[in-house]
Amino acid sequence: MKYVDEYRQPHLARRLLDRLNRLVSRPWTLMEVCGGQTHTLLRSGIDRLVPTSLRLVHGPGCPVCVTPLEEIDRALAIARRPEVIFCSFGDMLRVPGSRTDLLHVRAEGGDVRLVYSPLDAVRLAQENPNREVVFFAVGFETTAPATALAVQQARHLRLTNFSLLVAHVRVPPALEMILTSPGNRVQAFLAPGHVCTVMGFEEYEEIVRRHRVPVVVTGFEPVDLLEGILRAVRQLEGGRAVVENQYARAVRRSGNRSARRIMSEVYEVCDRSWRGLGLLPRGGLRLKAEYRDFDAAQRFPMATSAAAEPSECRSGAVLQGLIRPDECPAFGTRCTPERPLGAPMVSAEGACAAYWKYGRGLAPVRGGHP
Amino acid sequence: MTEPAEWGLSCPLPHTTGDRILLAHGEGAGLTRRLIRQLFLEAFDNDYLRPLADAAVLPPVGERCVVTTDSFVVSPLFFPGGDIGRLAVHGTINDLAVCGAEPLYLCLSVILEEGLPLETLRRVVGSIRDAARSAGILVVAGDTKVVPRGAADQLFLTTTGIGRQLPGCDWGTHRVRPSDRLVLSGAVGDHGIAVLAAREGLGLGTAVSSDTAALHGLVAALVAEGIDIHFLRDATRGGVAAVLHEIAEAAGVSLVLDEAAVPIHEAVRGACEILGIDPLYVANEGKLLAVVAEADASRALAVLRRHPLGAEAALVGEVTAASPPHVLLRGSLGTLRVLDEPTGAPLPRIC
Repeated sequence: MKYVDEYRQPHLARRLLDRLNRLVSRPWTLMEVCGGQTHTLLRSGIDRLVPTSLRLVHGPGCPVCVTPLEEIDRALAIARRPEVIFCSFGDMLRVPGSRTDLLHVRAEGGDVRLVYSPLDAVRLAQENPNREVVFFAVGFETTAPATALAVQQARHLRLTNFSLLVAHVRVPPALEMILTSPGNRVQAFLAPGHVCTVMGFEEYEEIVRRHRVPVVVTGFEPVDLLEGILRAVRQLEGGRAVVENQYARAVRRSGNRSARRIMSEVYEVCDRSWRGLGLLPRGGLRLKAEYRDFDAAQRFPMATSAAAEPSECRSGAVLQGLIRPDECPAFGTRCTPERPLGAPMVSAEGACAAYWKYGRGLAPVRGGHP
Repeated sequence: MTEPAEWGLSCPLPHTTGDRILLAHGEGAGLTRRLIRQLFLEAFDNDYLRPLADAAVLPPVGERCVVTTDSFVVSPLFFPGGDIGRLAVHGTINDLAVCGAEPLYLCLSVILEEGLPLETLRRVVGSIRDAARSAGILVVAGDTKVVPRGAADQLFLTTTGIGRQLPGCDWGTHRVRPSDRLVLSGAVGDHGIAVLAAREGLGLGTAVSSDTAALHGLVAALVAEGIDIHFLRDATRGGVAAVLHEIAEAAGVSLVLDEAAVPIHEAVRGACEILGIDPLYVANEGKLLAVVAEADASRALAVLRRHPLGAEAALVGEVTAASPPHVLLRGSLGTLRVLDEPTGAPLPRIC
């Protein structure tokens, strides 16, 4: 498989590990931002191969994990309405709201459908003119252009039965929040490669200037991650802080201009609550005034109350890199995928789920200086 | 036994029935009889079925009779590489085969949705006939029901298979022990991805075809060569991962799968990569996972590879005594990780 196999080659990985071992002179804490990167690290065992003086903590880049409970409750309430066909990416179906999840709503008669593209939902709206089709627009800047395109398409087709429940979030405010948190120990970031294919990395240059923290835009294969780690450590050891682009085969400095244009036509930046992190100024996207007709939250108004999270869940600390999932007292005992306390244990990209899925019962990662 | 009449698309039902299944086709009167005689008996004709009695009377099948039953509800009914009819015959045969049985007879129950095009039923029946004939298994009993539109999705099949156990077949999780080797009969993930692609219109074209196949010949070859088989299973729903978990739990052993050794076709790898699905969890309909004694592992591999259905067979792992029982995957970088038990159908990820 071209562009994949090259980045999974064991001999390249070993060479990078050798260089990393020679380079590291003292403890450093690195955070990979994206849940996809977290899964590669755990899946390929890189967390067990890097020098023990490196501590890898895992960032908030799991869209399912940071979608607030009240937003999921709103989705569940809309999905229950008989006139609604509720469309979602597969990941969201199992995530619990305060009482249930979309799979159970479907079992109880709700018309909940898994789609692969927001444009599939637009097609459903065309085919079902007497139903209301709602798409749950979840995700970072990676998925926002596709949902924006769906709204533009719906408007072009003059569809009045299509709407979006928008829960899009933006990465840079989350990094700001982590860096300014009093307990922060993150010294360098591996920035999310897929978000950067859309947004580029100009936004991260500002963060680097303000906080003197190395940022390496990194891909998702084992060799990508090892190279990202090596570059970040090289900056830390050399006392430098710049934005580097390890994922140059996909990312340019200014990103994908067409995708950004579509996004800015449809969405505007807004403050948004993140599950586990709280209210982030400029942390999300909402539909611009001229697209409000397509806003499901306005079309199906309802009172939402801030739902309480289980008090024992430390997902906020996990998502900020303050602790690793296996350092949470509830991990694997009172919190498992079957009985989760928080979303990171359920989501396919959640850090707690990754520790459970790939590492439960194995010896804990060596060192990692807590 | 008379040879079944040649079946073809021209096979006529009386004009009065129109071209769709009606509730009356299931009500036992004239339409039902005509459907059975002109479609089912025509396709499956044999001495045991022909009397169309309430039950078929069979001769003794041997010292040990093996019985299995299964239902088939796949959507879509037709997909690259197969259809629900072939799947039903192969799936039933494979359940018998992994118990060491030579498949002999099949009972077939058909649930039809009102309004189903007769042409669709004809295609499925023709497919069952062809698959049964080429596997040498006779359809000896059957039943047809029609349910109102919406009460079923087009057509459901339930089969019961009867076979004769080959002598010397004594395997099961009780015989699995540390140092045993895992042998896989070929590439994984083809069936699940072919069906998913057809169902969701993923635009993979015919790049991926279902691997649906009857595996009794492959099992017979292993038995005939005297391979010391300790456990045998066809890796269907939940894929290879589900079978490994079943072994680990029942036998109280750990299993280590060597990721790089598992054969996976390039198109399946690509589709799984795009969808965020692990091919080790994807269903197969023509793949065996055998646990064999260490001393017989390379011979088992050679036997499988000589058979057309085992050309891509591979040694993929081993049984260890590590406790507690775990299913582990040795990745290409040499580290071990847990291979989790499948939970529900795999859901494609967001990004």
